[in-house]
Amino acid sequence: MSDLIDMLAARLKNKQPISVIGSNTKGFLGGALTDEPLSMREHAGIVNYEPTELVLTAKAGTALSEINTLLAKSGQMLPFEPPMFGEDSTLGGAMASGLSGPRRIHLGSARDAILGLRLINGLGQHLRFGGEVMKNVAGYDLSRLSVGAFGTLGILTEISVKVLPLPEQERTQMLTYSNARALSEMIRIGRHPYPVSAMTWVNDMLYVRLSGTGRGVDAAAKALGGETLANQKRYWNSICHHMHPSFKQDQEWLWRLSVPPTTPINSIPFEILDWAGAQRWVHAAPFDYSLFELAESLGGHATCFSSERVEGTGMQPLKPLVMQLSHRVKKALDPFGLINRGRFLEEAS
Amino acid sequence: MKTEILVAALAGGMSSNRVLHSSHETAPYECDGLTMFKARPKVVVLPETREEVCYVLKVCQENGVPVVARGAGTGLSGGALPHAEGVLMVMAKFNRILAVDGDARTARVEPGVRNLAISEAVSELGLYYAPDPSSQIACSIGGNIAENSGGVHCLKYGLTVHNVLSVTLALADGSIVTVGSDALDSPGYDLLAVTIGSEGLLGIVLEATVKLLPKPEEMRVVMAAFDDVTKAGDSVGRIIAEGIIPAGLEMMDGPAVAAVEDFVKAGYPLDAEAMLLCEVDGTRDEVAEELLKVERILKDSGATMLRVAKDEAERILFWKGRKSAFPAVGRISPDYYCMDGTIPRKHLSLVLTRMREMSKRYALRCANVFHAGDGNLHPLILFDANDPEELTRAEAFGAEILELCVEVGGTITGEHGVGIEKINEMCVQFSSDELTQFHELKAAFDPTGILNPGKAVPTLNRCAEFGKMHIHKGQMPHPELERF
Repeated sequence: MSDLIDMLAARLKNKQPISVIGSNTKGFLGGALTDEPLSMREHAGIVNYEPTELVLTAKAGTALSEINTLLAKSGQMLPFEPPMFGEDSTLGGAMASGLSGPRRIHLGSARDAILGLRLINGLGQHLRFGGEVMKNVAGYDLSRLSVGAFGTLGILTEISVKVLPLPEQERTQMLTYSNARALSEMIRIGRHPYPVSAMTWVNDMLYVRLSGTGRGVDAAAKALGGETLANQKRYWNSICHHMHPSFKQDQEWLWRLSVPPTTPINSIPFEILDWAGAQRWVHAAPFDYSLFELAESLGGHATCFSSERVEGTGMQPLKPLVMQLSHRVKKALDPFGLINRGRFLEEAS
Repeated sequence: MKTEILVAALAGGMSSNRVLHSSHETAPYECDGLTMFKARPKVVVLPETREEVCYVLKVCQENGVPVVARGAGTGLSGGALPHAEGVLMVMAKFNRILAVDGDARTARVEPGVRNLAISEAVSELGLYYAPDPSSQIACSIGGNIAENSGGVHCLKYGLTVHNVLSVTLALADGSIVTVGSDALDSPGYDLLAVTIGSEGLLGIVLEATVKLLPKPEEMRVVMAAFDDVTKAGDSVGRIIAEGIIPAGLEMMDGPAVAAVEDFVKAGYPLDAEAMLLCEVDGTRDEVAEELLKVERILKDSGATMLRVAKDEAERILFWKGRKSAFPAVGRISPDYYCMDGTIPRKHLSLVLTRMREMSKRYALRCANVFHAGDGNLHPLILFDANDPEELTRAEAFGAEILELCVEVGGTITGEHGVGIEKINEMCVQFSSDELTQFHELKAAFDPTGILNPGKAVPTLNRCAEFGKMHIHKGQMPHPELERF
């Protein structure tokens, strides 16, 4: 075991608070850390990768770019298309933040892909949950519980994920549609078994990515109509990693709204529609937190993605009973509240 | 607590004709699908409303009475085995599909709704619910959530955890909480994920919203015979290496094929050492292309026979054989014991060889059915429960298989759950600190521990006792524990 892991475990055993980050490319999400963070970046390396088992295990600090390159060599990929907001994003950070890219509607989320992990809990114990097999129901699913917890339930040290083959062919069809027409079209397409791997709308254009076998993709493209996008990789990267110009708007804060996919168009003033309508990117004036209320009234939730926000966590307030339960869960894993203080749950009142 | 007092207290909040306590009334509930464990519950309740569920929970928590929830009772790990001092809460009356939303592709259902009933109800919309455990005709969605059930299509379409959007739970104190939402994710910790597969220890499911998928345009299945299990196993790796994720990829060994063929007459190859069923689905074009590839790979891997189901009737017949494997084995033996380990697929031939050795050593026959795509093994141990000595041997045989699964990097349960059956093997798979962490998490949801006590996660004392009896390779599990 590495010196870093031993040191983290020893400090927690001594009840010293600890904060950890990966490469801090998603530091703008959640609350400001109370304690000076340590980077997990040096705890890096592929532990096990077997293409035919569809599993990859890597240390938490391993760069996603390294993993993507390795997988591509065997014609495989991370199914959840992790968003990267910097060159150096890590697997640990991807799992701690729980974000997923456009492919989420087809192959599932980061949480869906995780198979197992090792974590250091608040008592400084280095524990292992789940494993390296697709089906495993022994014990509570602490691996999935840890995804999106921003490390507050334990320091992630090693992660096993399901990987999948790269599609034989991908093709993106573009259709000039208003947002309302685009959403109804997304719903219509979603009810058919087309090989769709992403559906977005931005700047009056609906984009449908098809992934599958050569003939299958071509036949579906023909059925959907529209024009074929020439540089599709560039477009999907710009949506996945927030490089598309529509993610930026001067003087305004970016918000992510996760809502039921059929939520009517006029209920939220969004710029970008992703996940076939279930993820909507919205701009709002600084300090306007009214989106929390709006999102909740629509049966969803809002998260602030602006790096200018300094107060609070920028995350949807939890309903009272869920909040109580969440604090008890936190206590079960980190009884003295030592890990990543300030980052995630608002303090218990 | 005295039965009469408990019955009177329970009848204070629900109709007394749904509070059963005489032994002829409680007898039908003494076991679930794992019949080798039996216990009469003190009381059986059949609530009809959320208020009744919460009332029962409050009474039980106040009095420290254990509560075990039960759906259709088809579970194979004894998860719904009643507690002799407790209440068995039968959720069968919660059997309504509350809403179907074709555009959002979701169904809101009560826990007692049968798995297959969801797909039947949404079929006319061109949709279906993907997880399909073999018991899908009978098993209920509440039980599927408790066990995180799988099925033959999980490799491509996921387990229950991948197909449920939200769950409304009654907690041990009678409060009601919804985890998850109609959006694809929810704020805060992923309490939905930890609820699914929690085997009734964290809460009781009152309602769930499940995802629906559009029905594939076409499904085709290939049957392939092999004269060697290793060749069959390797062909599975090759299919995946070529970038194909089949909708279903199932394997059966010679003894299982023989039992099934005798029962179903599905046209299975009786002279084969192993048989594969590989299903591809999607649009017509995709299926045509993938099918060609699959046939080529199977041939190259040395298949001695290859048959594509010629029509839908034959496709259903091929699957009927696989889905009837358990009852088919039930015909050739007075009893059978179904195991559920998962292994990294590359160790398949090692594990099968070792199981054959065990079969000789325990002098018990064993037939294997195997979700080959995801490494989930279902060895069926044949025995006669009327012979207590044989039952003991069957249990020991099963335990050794599960330990072998852990040894090669797998797990003791892929989809049936730990329940009461695999409770000792949890001591093999997890350390004391990990087990303690599970208990802490349980206490966050159920501080007094009334929900399904004694299941899923063993106490450290139990592991110490187990370790005393069971010294593995000269090493006692949990050597740091005090021995009692």
